[in-house]
Amino acid sequence: MKRRQFIQKSTAATVLAGVSGMNLQAFTPAKTKKITILHTNDVHSHIDPFGPDDGRNANKGGVARRATLVNAIRKENPNTLLLDAGDIFQGTPYFNYYGGELEFKLMSMLKYDLATIGNHDFDNGIDGLYAQIPHADFEFVSANYDFSNTVMDTHVKPYKIIIKDGIKIGIFGLGIKLEGLVDKNMYKETVYHDPIEKAQDMSRILKEEQNCDLVICLSHIGYEYRNSDKVSDIKLAQATKDIDLIIGGHTHTFLSKPTIEKNSVGNNVLVNQVGAYGLYLGKVDFYFNAGKNVKADGATIVV
Amino acid sequence: MTIKQIFNLCFFLLIFSCASPKLSKIEGKRIDIDNTLEANASIERFIKPYREHLNKNMDSIISYATETYSKSDGAYNTALGNLLADAIFDEGNPIFNKRTGKNIDLVLFNHGGIRSIISQGNVSIRTAYQVMPFENSTVVVGLKGAQINDMMTYLSKSKRAHPVSRHLQLELNKNGDVNSATIHGLPIDDSKIYYVATNDYLYNGGDGMDFFHPNEGLYVLNYKIRDVLIDNFKKTDTLKPKRDKRFIQLKD
Repeated sequence: MKRRQFIQKSTAATVLAGVSGMNLQAFTPAKTKKITILHTNDVHSHIDPFGPDDGRNANKGGVARRATLVNAIRKENPNTLLLDAGDIFQGTPYFNYYGGELEFKLMSMLKYDLATIGNHDFDNGIDGLYAQIPHADFEFVSANYDFSNTVMDTHVKPYKIIIKDGIKIGIFGLGIKLEGLVDKNMYKETVYHDPIEKAQDMSRILKEEQNCDLVICLSHIGYEYRNSDKVSDIKLAQATKDIDLIIGGHTHTFLSKPTIEKNSVGNNVLVNQVGAYGLYLGKVDFYFNAGKNVKADGATIVV
Repeated sequence: MTIKQIFNLCFFLLIFSCASPKLSKIEGKRIDIDNTLEANASIERFIKPYREHLNKNMDSIISYATETYSKSDGAYNTALGNLLADAIFDEGNPIFNKRTGKNIDLVLFNHGGIRSIISQGNVSIRTAYQVMPFENSTVVVGLKGAQINDMMTYLSKSKRAHPVSRHLQLELNKNGDVNSATIHGLPIDDSKIYYVATNDYLYNGGDGMDFFHPNEGLYVLNYKIRDVLIDNFKKTDTLKPKRDKRFIQLKD
């Protein structure tokens, strides 16, 4: 309590100091700010579109078309982030031939901002993943994989904060339990930690310590496992607070629109996933007003 | 002004001018990526040399299939599964023998691991990628006869055409229980060590195959199953595998 009073008083003093030098322009009505989050997951090396004869996904997907779409959206709103929720690798011969080099180079050309790590990203071993890092102009986040005793040490951060148009966006990553899913020889000394505990830590750091306006979780733990205790994006949404959006992967869940869940304090959290193979691009727009007239129950959600 | 008054003033100012931005609205949707979108030309140009190199290699013809073979062509054994299991023996055993002086007794693979049909006509490297897209690699495991019997029980219960090599003869009775099992024509000897070739995924318990542990030794051949197929197809002018009686259920 004492600490809180101190903060309030010091804030007051700071603001007062600011007021004396402030001119009237500061009081013009604040504009609405818009942050666009674009996302993919489980693209699995699907660089070319599916052919016209494909039984399920004929003429869908393709990185070059995704680039056209992303460029158009960025042109409309420069305050756009492009994220990937893992399993970038494995699924077409492009991966078998080039080891992920082309996937990373193309994601860099599309100006991806961040990705998290999926189980298939270990398919050429952790050394195979590390070997492709020089081809990635984007960064990796994972809060629950500890890479300290591996070659990936320092190449993956728990979270990253990106500021767009003055809006502070905190993004952290989560990965799936590797034991039983990926050969130990592949992930080596990568240590897995409980996603919910890590997410609680991350949202506290990003919301309370770093004062982020928006907290996003980039997850590869899977959308939902029916009749199972297995941790999932839905369970994660319910067990945490201060997360605005969970972008998921792994289960190849084709959601036609984001799911709205209630978090541990009864506020809304969006959970989204766009299936696999780059057939769709997820798009979530966040609108911010400066300060006033915000309803107590949170933002209006249109999905 | 008292401290309290200063604070109130500042609080007022904070709310109306300097407050942090508040989230007011969220809109979410998904956008189709399909042929209504034009391909970005510079991305397309960048991919092209990779694609051409890959296709040239992938489309090189390495064999010919007399029929179309599918993993669902039979209840307990299929021509495609037999081809795969026998190829793992034929390509893997010379390597295993050279390293250890021993021979593979039996190959076990999983039905789910076959990811595509082989179509009648030319067989290319692409065919091997379609059948076996994963990076799984060949391992040989030493197992006591008792565990081989566990394996037979597993095969009887799974009721699927898990591929086995020609060295095994497994008959289930009409109830689906093991009626007889022989390797090289001989009954399974509980105390003998058998060398079973499989892949690393199954060795690590994939598909519920928990009979590979404990074991009498693991031999990692560093030989991807897909490369086994490519090498085998290259040596075989015409693929004509047959469904046979290596794994069957008796009618009565």
